[in-house]
Amino acid sequence: MNEQMMPGANSLQRAYRRTLLSRWLCLGVLTALVLASFISDLATGPAGLGWWDVARGLLQPGRLDAAQAVIILELRVPYALMALVVGASLGLAGAEMQTALNNPLASPFTLGVGAAATLGAALVILLRPNLGGLGADLLLPLAAFACAFLSCLLLLLVARLLGEALHTLVLFGIALLFGLNALVGLLQFLADADALQQIVFWTLGSLARADLQRVALVTLVFGLCLVLALRQAWALTSLRGGEEQARSLGIRVGWLRTAVLLRVSLLTGVATAFVGEVGFIGLVGPHVARLLLGEDHRFYLPGSALAGALLLSLASLASRALLPGVILPVGLVTAVVGVPLFIVLILARGRSA
Amino acid sequence: MSLHIEGLGLAYGDRRVLHALSLPSIQAGSLVAVLGPNGVGKSSLLRALAGLQPCQGQAALAGATLSGVPPWRQQARVAYLPQQLPQATSLLAYEALQAAARARCAHLGSDALAARVTAIVKQLGIEPLALQRMDRLSGGQRQLVGLAQALVGEPHLLLLDEPTSALDLHWQLRVLACVAARCRDAGAIALLACHDLNLALRFCDRVLLLAPNGDYRFGAPGEVLDAAWLRHAYAIEARIEQCSQGFPLVLADHPLISERIVHAEQL
Repeated sequence: MNEQMMPGANSLQRAYRRTLLSRWLCLGVLTALVLASFISDLATGPAGLGWWDVARGLLQPGRLDAAQAVIILELRVPYALMALVVGASLGLAGAEMQTALNNPLASPFTLGVGAAATLGAALVILLRPNLGGLGADLLLPLAAFACAFLSCLLLLLVARLLGEALHTLVLFGIALLFGLNALVGLLQFLADADALQQIVFWTLGSLARADLQRVALVTLVFGLCLVLALRQAWALTSLRGGEEQARSLGIRVGWLRTAVLLRVSLLTGVATAFVGEVGFIGLVGPHVARLLLGEDHRFYLPGSALAGALLLSLASLASRALLPGVILPVGLVTAVVGVPLFIVLILARGRSA
Repeated sequence: MSLHIEGLGLAYGDRRVLHALSLPSIQAGSLVAVLGPNGVGKSSLLRALAGLQPCQGQAALAGATLSGVPPWRQQARVAYLPQQLPQATSLLAYEALQAAARARCAHLGSDALAARVTAIVKQLGIEPLALQRMDRLSGGQRQLVGLAQALVGEPHLLLLDEPTSALDLHWQLRVLACVAARCRDAGAIALLACHDLNLALRFCDRVLLLAPNGDYRFGAPGEVLDAAWLRHAYAIEARIEQCSQGFPLVLADHPLISERIVHAEQL
């Protein structure tokens, strides 16, 4: 048998190092694509400011006129950054969820976490509660976050109760999704025209509420969760072999799953609090990363975050470029772009299997 | 080092699968076959020893309690190979082994871990599989990777639940020879649940035969496996004959249908 077919001890490690190198390269290419998309995103918009204007404006902010300064510094930069960090948060949350629940259909949105955030927002929009002078600006994201977090805790509780019958958790999540959607529908039915429009706007997902403080908060949560997730990367990789396998290797599967769902609730809660429902990123991002990088979680987790960031950044770009002069809600675009992409991925997987 | 099992019992609801199982102390280097019909408690016994299932009674390895101690507190002493094959994922076999090595020997540096992984790959002779994706491997090949995952921590006690169920004849013999070598050379103890009586006769130096009503028999393979006990445990008519090389062989003739019905009622 030749060397390629039957690598010896050292050549096995050498060959694996080549695999590692290609994975790093792949991550590098993804990062470059994210940067390219981010820059294009900055240079696109109804105001007609192009690459050159934006570059000059960022390098020499003093030389911008007032309108240009507002467009570049208060609209384009926070929008484009928010698209990146929200995409990355949702990609990471989806990846962790798919591994922890051992289901390729798991994502913050297919299991109702996004719908819960919408319910929270819709309640605030409809009831306009007056809590100690908290404005709707603050109350809306808080309510969205609280509901998303609660729905994740509910998933966690059910996961603990179910124990080994984990596949039913996804069914529970889907039931939760339908239930919450029905509640949102009821609120929409009861709402007046103005509130209805606001609720619909929220369910479509939009980057229009982005500002730099919010970007900083989402970035902080994302960074923290990524570091914590990478510390458990090997345990998560072991879990891909199967729950019983991981347990027998000494992985504390229940504890690991709790940690994952807590991170998912933070990531999803904070991300949806500011941009509303953005579907498909959490589902498709991990699938793209798995296809490119495999499932060694040292690469798969950052890869999913990068893929999520790329997808939402592209969607943000498309939301401004599709109709001249109009910024479409980004959640609408992710669904329009995400669904065909997802179908292509499924078909590709089906053929290879 | 020896393995003690004293009064071990466990039940699913009100269905008992093991009734106060007590065995003479099992010495280092022993390869023990755990035999018996479906549902008699072979897997449950292994899972209880691995600390994955609550049970009554006592089990201890070299004086340290096993029963009721979850795997994450048993360090690398005990390795359990589940009956289910590892999942078909896009993980490389090498990465699955690395993850297992990390989980089992967290104290080792990454060079030492890589050396462990390479050594077990070589020992089992699965070099051609190492850089393949798990979802491109056959069931039997994944079973070999699973076995390598169990062995990579160099455990003292190996609990293998049907480790050869998906393997062809060549690999059945190779895997058992590898496990036997680990017992002989490193003084490990292996408990091996399986359905192949002839494989057990060939490789194991002790046999635990579990019968449906809670009876069990433990001893050298030649003493434990006889026509009466095979009838009792498996509800089959069988003969034990010597092959041309002098090994005993079990030849199963036909099932005893009425007796199996009785067993089902006792369950």
